[in-house]
Amino acid sequence: MKRIVFSWHTFMATLREIFDEAAYARFLERAGMASSRAAYAAFRREFEEVKVRRPKCC
Amino acid sequence: MSKLLAILGWGAVAVVGALAVGAIAVHRGEPINALWLVVAATCCYALGYRFYSKFIAVKILALDGLRATPAERLENGRDFLVTNKWVVFGHHFAAIAGPGPLVGPVLAAQFGYLPGTMWVLAGAVFAGCVQDFVTLLFSVRRDGKSLTEMAKDEIGRVGGFVAYVAVIAILIILLGVAALIVVNALKASPWGTFTIAMTMPIAVLMGVYLRRIRPGKVLEVSALGFVLVLAAIWGGQYVSQSPGLARLFTFSAPTLAILIMVYGFAASALPVWLLLAPRDYLSTFVKLGTIALLAVGIVALHPTLHMPALTRFVDGTGPVFAGKIFPFAFITIACGAISGFHALISSGTTPKLVARETETRMVGYGAMMCESAVAVMAIIAACVMQPGVYFAINSPAGVVGQAPAAAAATISSWGFPVTAADMQALAHAVGEQTLYNRTGGAPAFAVGMAHIFSHSLGGETLMALWYHFAIMFEALFILTILDAGTRVARFMVQDALGHVYKPLGRTSWYPSILGTSALIVGAWGYFLWQGVKDPLGGINSLWPLFGISNQLLATVALCVATTIIIKMHRAKYAAVTLVPLAWLVAVTFTASWQKMFDPNPRVGFLAQAEALAAGPATGATGRLIFNNRLDAAVTGVLVVMVTLVLVESGRQWWGILSGTRQAPVKEAPFVRTRLVEERG
Repeated sequence: MKRIVFSWHTFMATLREIFDEAAYARFLERAGMASSRAAYAAFRREFEEVKVRRPKCC
Repeated sequence: MSKLLAILGWGAVAVVGALAVGAIAVHRGEPINALWLVVAATCCYALGYRFYSKFIAVKILALDGLRATPAERLENGRDFLVTNKWVVFGHHFAAIAGPGPLVGPVLAAQFGYLPGTMWVLAGAVFAGCVQDFVTLLFSVRRDGKSLTEMAKDEIGRVGGFVAYVAVIAILIILLGVAALIVVNALKASPWGTFTIAMTMPIAVLMGVYLRRIRPGKVLEVSALGFVLVLAAIWGGQYVSQSPGLARLFTFSAPTLAILIMVYGFAASALPVWLLLAPRDYLSTFVKLGTIALLAVGIVALHPTLHMPALTRFVDGTGPVFAGKIFPFAFITIACGAISGFHALISSGTTPKLVARETETRMVGYGAMMCESAVAVMAIIAACVMQPGVYFAINSPAGVVGQAPAAAAATISSWGFPVTAADMQALAHAVGEQTLYNRTGGAPAFAVGMAHIFSHSLGGETLMALWYHFAIMFEALFILTILDAGTRVARFMVQDALGHVYKPLGRTSWYPSILGTSALIVGAWGYFLWQGVKDPLGGINSLWPLFGISNQLLATVALCVATTIIIKMHRAKYAAVTLVPLAWLVAVTFTASWQKMFDPNPRVGFLAQAEALAAGPATGATGRLIFNNRLDAAVTGVLVVMVTLVLVESGRQWWGILSGTRQAPVKEAPFVRTRLVEERG
């Protein structure tokens, strides 16, 4: 049971990383902000410069 | 006792794998079950990972679990971040998995299922996985440096420059070819076009939802977007059945090409949050889900492969693309076995997330194995169709003719029986007006995927829905590559132009954004337009060009890796990268030579130009002649650049091995990790 719970948590963590939810959570923690429209807009401003430079494979 | 069990267990895997590979290799005449491919692939990957990657990890790279990675030493909460290995694995796989391993193996299936399967398995285990693994580790030991930076540091300025130019060239060719695949999949298909058109407002809605309603809830909005896309697929059938609406969404290839160029420009110039980011999330959501679903479908249905092991087209007379099995099967498979582009990702985001050196084996080697497994699934999807149907879909009108009866007669005369009635029934079953001449690989893959899905889930009645789901999946996938790739190329060009005139390098300065976006879209748009106007379907000349450029980038990555291995005083093991490098050089240089100078007009660009010049002149003749000469020139430039890297690398190796050249290893200094103590 423990193993299933751990696997589920890892799976969700992977999805949260792939879909940038984890990056947003880290941004909120670093900036000391609560989630809001303004916070998300600030996150995207900071994040997009990095994200859009990443190549995606063929 | 446990050692004995391990020996027995791995011995059994080796025996089963050898039996499966042997069965695939020697079986002739009767159709075989797809499970043979699945078993062969599973055993090869298991053995490759357990033994070969471990050998590389221990003997050559000497992975050190106590050495702090850049994720730990340079952690900043943004790009450098200690991350769980499974999370890094998923992240890396999501970045390397593109349409290449789906389309390439489908096109290469014209040689039969055997060449593609063998190259996908051997190429991945001995070349592709190795390249991704060593590049990732070398980048981790160099503070997450990119391939171009490592090439500059380890080989010299020429290496860095060539890698930079090769990346831009590959991106442009890739984007042109990818767009052409979408055009060929959507032309005269109101259902498919409607579904893809609907993904634009859905993406904008997702962007607004994320920004205004539920900030940061990406998984939630991606699931919502996915449901809306499914609704669009469902609604598409009513659009295709309504004459008025169908007319509205029925476009010719040139019109679709123009629309895609407009989309690429808009996606590059518009704010990322509005269109690009939500589409990226939606595409990733669909991609990961569909790949998992396809794997389950293949195992559940274990379909029979109707394509023979080898077809008569190994002699180079194939209708899908011209050229002999060597080198073109290896060029065409591309990312399913080895992709130079992966080296960019292995030296991009991933090395900045890896917590411990020992994890690079699982992430680098393991993720490429999964990518290769996707290629095996694509081979199965292509080969479950009757060969006559496969060739009818993938052969351009310039080879088999426009009229259904003539095309069916031509294909049947090759020994692959198909009738116009069969094709009409299949087109009707998938909700299309016709499936003839749907070159590019995507429609054939969609038919194969729909066959597997409909037989495992929903039956024949859902064939049309599954087909359009597959088309949507591929087009969404490819359009995401298109918009993200245009943006990446735009940034690279802006970086370079910034050295000439500083404001041009500012990514927020609109004149520069618009100018560089137009430049990049114009460049890949040219290749797209060339493909759309090509009577042979475009993919015949452009896909090999993409394959060559991609494999040439892999050559650069393997040159860098070999140089570093020699500098690490591991020259006696350099064959691990040197052998795949030698193979790639043989394949890509032969393919390049043939694409430029082969006297057969269907193969050689220059021969094609000459044949056109000697034939009857039409309005398009001049442009087609110029296009062929341009393709020859592009191929020649790529080969010359990679030759420079090879020569420069060879000088380095000779100098180091003969003791006339210093070989400083440009790694970051050793710092002991704190993570082990913390965990302990």
